[in-house]
Amino acid sequence: MVFRRGHSSPIKIIMADQTYRLELKNITKSFPGVLAVQDVTLHAYVGEILALVGENGAGKSTLMNILSGAFSADCGTILLDGQEVKITSPRRAQELGIAMIHQELALIPQMTVAQNIFLGREPLFAAGTLVNIKKMMDDAQDILNQLGLDFAVNALISDLSIAQRQMVEIAKAISTKSRVIILDEPTSALSERESGKLFNLMRSLREQGVTLIYISHRMEEIFALSDRVAVMRDGQLVGVAPTKELTVGTIVQMMVGRELKDFFPKTETQRGCVTLEVQNLRSGARLKDASFTLYKGEIVGLAGLVGSGRTEIARVLFGADKNEGGEIRVDGQSVKIHSPQEAIRHGIGLVTEDRKVQGLFLGQSVRSNASVSLFQRLSRLGFLLYGKIDQWTRGAIQQLNIRASNLEQRAGNLSGGNQQKVVIARWLAVNPKILILDEPTRGIDVSSKAEIHSLISELAAKGVAILMISSELPEILGISDRILVMREGQLTAEFSRAEATQGRIMQAATGQLQNEGLNGS
Amino acid sequence: MNNSFLQRFLSLIRTNSGLVILLLVALPLSALSADFITVNNLLTVALQTSMIAIAAIGMTFALITGGVDLSVGSVAALTGALAAGLSTRAGLETYPAILLALFAAVLVGALNGAMIAWGRIPPFVATLASMAAVRGLTLVYTQGRPISGLDEQFTFWATNISGIPVPLFVLLFVAIITYVVLHRSVFGNYIFAIGGGEETARLAGISPVRIKLGVYIISALCAGLTGLLLTARLWSAQPNSGIGLELDAIASSVLGGASLMGGAGSVGGALTGTFIIGILANGLNLLEVPSYNQQVIKGLVFIIAVILDYVLKRRLKKV
Repeated sequence: MVFRRGHSSPIKIIMADQTYRLELKNITKSFPGVLAVQDVTLHAYVGEILALVGENGAGKSTLMNILSGAFSADCGTILLDGQEVKITSPRRAQELGIAMIHQELALIPQMTVAQNIFLGREPLFAAGTLVNIKKMMDDAQDILNQLGLDFAVNALISDLSIAQRQMVEIAKAISTKSRVIILDEPTSALSERESGKLFNLMRSLREQGVTLIYISHRMEEIFALSDRVAVMRDGQLVGVAPTKELTVGTIVQMMVGRELKDFFPKTETQRGCVTLEVQNLRSGARLKDASFTLYKGEIVGLAGLVGSGRTEIARVLFGADKNEGGEIRVDGQSVKIHSPQEAIRHGIGLVTEDRKVQGLFLGQSVRSNASVSLFQRLSRLGFLLYGKIDQWTRGAIQQLNIRASNLEQRAGNLSGGNQQKVVIARWLAVNPKILILDEPTRGIDVSSKAEIHSLISELAAKGVAILMISSELPEILGISDRILVMREGQLTAEFSRAEATQGRIMQAATGQLQNEGLNGS
Repeated sequence: MNNSFLQRFLSLIRTNSGLVILLLVALPLSALSADFITVNNLLTVALQTSMIAIAAIGMTFALITGGVDLSVGSVAALTGALAAGLSTRAGLETYPAILLALFAAVLVGALNGAMIAWGRIPPFVATLASMAAVRGLTLVYTQGRPISGLDEQFTFWATNISGIPVPLFVLLFVAIITYVVLHRSVFGNYIFAIGGGEETARLAGISPVRIKLGVYIISALCAGLTGLLLTARLWSAQPNSGIGLELDAIASSVLGGASLMGGAGSVGGALTGTFIIGILANGLNLLEVPSYNQQVIKGLVFIIAVILDYVLKRRLKKV
């Protein structure tokens, strides 16, 4: 079978075919310090839906970004319809007929559906510089009709729902005659009905011979939709099999497979009285219902997939997002938290997920970053008492073993681990009763990780209640006294340290084992 | 049914909020002053407004990309001075002198665009610098004195043809051309695209560099035309003409719906916005409000209009 190259080749209608559409051979990609994708060899057939699963950080997104031209592989070859291709840019990927639909949709909100679908490829009048708006609208309408979509081609993207925007992305992919469409967790922001519509669309594309690669965490969707499942772990492909031959159990096992390594020193902590009680916390679409309790001196791990509402819990408790009706009690007192300042006043601290954007002033000194929350206290008549600030900062640097050349060093020049310690130092300054850490060790090397873990344990030993959000199960299992699991905006399970295993947490997070051990419900 | 009528009405207001504001300004004025709605007065407004409107259209291009062009006032002055100087002192024919002056404006625009697109200097800073430098050049060229003695070919551009000011025809011409460029051409489409999401546009294979270069050239060219018309109207090139033009141009564009964040704006909006400011100034003159007080009122109206526009847009979005 001969395929013409380039975007001129139409979608072939080939059914039940065992022809390779796509062959990835020995793909490897490393980032400084991490081997993100390691020697992956994977193929996809014409007209199939291939599910790609794996824990966060397993390398799925990196692999797909290589395929769609956003990253280039260190080594390895890619064959598309039997021809070796070099995918050097997203533009090149588009020309080859490979489209990736990211979680953050790449549409221009102020432009219309039709303009977005044909962005960069507008139909022109014969003369060549003026856009043939009527033809653009008609062509866009044809594509929408073909996909059975009912919004207007001249609607602004900003007026569409997230689900509809996703459909526009697919329409865009169709308009470029894509042979391979990659969808990165497309249903994470969709309702069930909207997801159903998307799935029908995906199935009909499969009938037309399009190859769909579908990244998802949702087991039920994978089983309902995919022909085959590929599982990645720690940058490697651990298995590919027809979906029919798999069970949730076998997939989960392949995903978590590794042994729990013992670099999470767990110091025994003394659980004190209740510090924080949360009832029916709710915020936006991502956080539907969460009730839990934190005790003094206890480390509680909050597990769940990305987008399951973990970060939203942190943001609501810290007053960064609106609390829609939930009750929060600190030390038995009901409190209303409308802003981070109020949260701090009630003794709640938050180490944010993204330290570079939300946690640090990258351009400023270690001193200002660590001591900014002390400025009020360590000043007189509005003038900062630099002597005292320096003294305090030096103490914190020593206590936390922050490796900075001097107090003036820019925070942006520190390593990830040291940056995180500076953020934690800032919270030490205000003596929080409750400290929430969102992915405290993401992107941090192993030794700094261990230091941060022992720091967290020390804080707990001093009586701080810790809520630690993490996507790394070994980390959660390693240092938590208790583990809460979230799924789709709700707390679905609670395990004691003794009960918890990777498999059980993963099952609760993907929705296979509902409400196990959940207190009081 | 009732609901859908209401929705359509509201969305009509939303897309034409500039016109609503124009009415809100014009109606009380026509009630307060009998001289307001007269053909003569409205033609005066049109004459005064058309020159700013041309610069405002150019500014709208820059604003849509998410940038700004602060150099328009200086470019207007330089273009006027060069055209006047070349046609009087240097002994060139009027039209070659005008074309050369406009070419100088294009050069300044290209320089702005290059600093912004290739040099990645923030538009505010780049055009602030050229605003100062170009004003300086104008002062050097004119020795700080007006250049007069323009011939009739030059001053023709500020006369009337059967009662209608020539600048109004120029504006109409510019508006039609720029409308086609901005709202019908591929280039215009890409201006909106890079303003709405530069990265998305880049991934779609659009080169932001070329688009930005073009945008600042257009803005400078529009400013140059404004400068020529101002010169023709005053029968002389004033070294200090066009001071504050950038403020009027930005205010007009924003009143007409352009967003300082980029991605939104239109030629029609720029026109509406300029006429709002023009009518307001004219009305205040008719009501004999002292010019110092007028400045304060203009500032306040601008703020209120922008807030109203912002609130309207946010509210109506939910409908």
